[in-house]
Amino acid sequence: MTSGRTLYDKIIDRHKVMSLNGLDGPGETLLLYIDRTVLNEYTSPQAFSGLREAGRALWRPAAALGVIDHVNSTAPVRDNDSADRDAARQMQYFLENGRDFGIEIYDVLHPLQGIEHVVLPDIGWVMPGLVIAAGDSHTTTYGAFGSVGFGIGTSDIEHLLATQCVIYHRLKTMRATIDGSLAPGVTAKDVIMALIRQIGASGASGHALEFAGDAIMAMGVEERMTICNMAVECGARVALVRPDAKVLRYMAGRPRSIAPHHLEQAERVWADLNSDADARFDTEVRLHASDVAPMVTWGTSPDQAATIDGRVPDPARLPEAEARATRQAIDYMGLVPDMALDEIRIDRAFIGSCTNARLSDLRDAARILEGRKVADGVRAIVSPGSSTVRREAEAEGLDRIFTSAGFEWRQSGCSMCLAMNDDVLAPGQRCASSTNRNFEGRQGSGGRTHLMSPAMVAAAAVRGRLADVRDFSAIGARA
Amino acid sequence: MTPFLIVDGIAAAMPAANIDTDVIMPKVFLKGIDRRGLAAGLFHDLRFDADGRPRPDFILNRPGYAAARFLLVGPNFGCGSSREHAVWGLRQFGIRALIGTSFAGIFTDNAANNGLLLLSLDPDRLAPLMAAAEAAPLPLEVDLGDRCIRHAGGALRFDIDEDARAALMSGLDRIGTSLAKADRIRAFERDYLAERPWLADA
Repeated sequence: MTSGRTLYDKIIDRHKVMSLNGLDGPGETLLLYIDRTVLNEYTSPQAFSGLREAGRALWRPAAALGVIDHVNSTAPVRDNDSADRDAARQMQYFLENGRDFGIEIYDVLHPLQGIEHVVLPDIGWVMPGLVIAAGDSHTTTYGAFGSVGFGIGTSDIEHLLATQCVIYHRLKTMRATIDGSLAPGVTAKDVIMALIRQIGASGASGHALEFAGDAIMAMGVEERMTICNMAVECGARVALVRPDAKVLRYMAGRPRSIAPHHLEQAERVWADLNSDADARFDTEVRLHASDVAPMVTWGTSPDQAATIDGRVPDPARLPEAEARATRQAIDYMGLVPDMALDEIRIDRAFIGSCTNARLSDLRDAARILEGRKVADGVRAIVSPGSSTVRREAEAEGLDRIFTSAGFEWRQSGCSMCLAMNDDVLAPGQRCASSTNRNFEGRQGSGGRTHLMSPAMVAAAAVRGRLADVRDFSAIGARA
Repeated sequence: MTPFLIVDGIAAAMPAANIDTDVIMPKVFLKGIDRRGLAAGLFHDLRFDADGRPRPDFILNRPGYAAARFLLVGPNFGCGSSREHAVWGLRQFGIRALIGTSFAGIFTDNAANNGLLLLSLDPDRLAPLMAAAEAAPLPLEVDLGDRCIRHAGGALRFDIDEDARAALMSGLDRIGTSLAKADRIRAFERDYLAERPWLADA
């Protein structure tokens, strides 16, 4: 008797044009049909140049949308030009490609502009059962809708634009079951950071990672996006959550969402979007939600993390292989072995990125900041995930809470998550950041990044050092 | 794409785990609209100090390693950002193959699209090569036809996916090959969109 199929395999099977190596299932290489892609200005230009040189047309221009997000300024006043000549050239070539190939582009003046993985859900263009491939590793975000999303390089963008397909190697499957409920002050960000610490930076490498369990299903869609987004930091190429009624409610009424007259038919197809009860996963991991506490990273890889009440590890007490990496990370980060994490002083605080800059994230941070001030000597900025999120936050008055506390209320873009624009750490500066990567130099050459949830960033900004958000909830201004 | 048949040259060791694409190709080199000029950016912050002077301790700055054609690397090499610039930089610097224990997913696909050979060995088979290359520049010959790494101390067989091997050896135009199947794609698309009319307007 054959066992049931996983959600991942169901979606891949339905998008398979043909096998390319004669296999069907594990180890298969196939031609995979891609429903949609989103393009940005920095990973797409060479793909368009390749199409131009070969005289190739786009297979399906309407299946692509372009968004400027990586290199643009987040200065409060918007301008399509950039003081940075190279960035200006990338943006201008992107618009030219949009015109010449018939792709709609959201430039920085467009009311729906923002970070690509925030924009697509914003406009309702992500829905269950799709395959979305895009030139950015955090395309895994769309798993929150029950869609297979994965990052590709520029050569594969060119292949996708010309053929609507990619040459695809079927992944193995992994399930992370997270049961129980989260304690107050603990967020989706802490859950995914705890999982990454548990299984390591390559723990899910070569796998599609499905998240299941009470704690996941109790989360809202935006929290699930945070989880799926950051799954790539433990090596997962695809992340998935079974789509439920919350997903349908989230999509409803958004400008490019499914037309109401198709909904009944679509829901019949979507009803099968779950892993069969007897489906077998290649790997299973478990995490109890009640064991998760607020997390921060101390090192230069996302798995070098600990709970906020913990300490910087002491390499002298570690096996040699691990000690070498730990020593190198602590050295780069300018830390001392065994120091308490909540003694680490910060220079900067950043709330933004496709991981944690949606409306619910800004609300979480604002709850901590209301009636409080950013510590002296800390420069704090918030870059909403999209222009839509920015407007929605302003309608609730969140912008005033941030600015009263001393945060700069910026425009939208990838900003200091990867610092391709002018939002950059100076060498040696230390930042509490709601982003996804603490790599050496990620936020600026010589810069030091501590990853955490948006509420934890707010707490750190107020204290001037890494801080436990749970110490704040009881003494909030509204309490 | 240059076909990969037999390549010989020096191997250099970079044993650290989780070397990410931000480290391989820092952001300041990502602002071009073509693929050029990326050899200068390769491992930039490891190779050069804040004043742009070569760091003498970095492996590729040490005597005898500058012309390396192979890197022996630690686990999960190429993790992080999807930037293909990392692979373009490695190729433009003259690197033809990486020999390690595991590589990140997107990086693996990018390497395949640019004729950069990735070989995964068991850690205990890689360790002696790594130790030798850390001590002194290590001459190697990688023979893709024979699936074999030759060095002064002997030869190592390796496994590689047959399709990946064939593509590297022939330097295929992958888009052209897929477009030859345009009828199959079109037929698939017609049926698929008929079943899911809500996607027909994209």
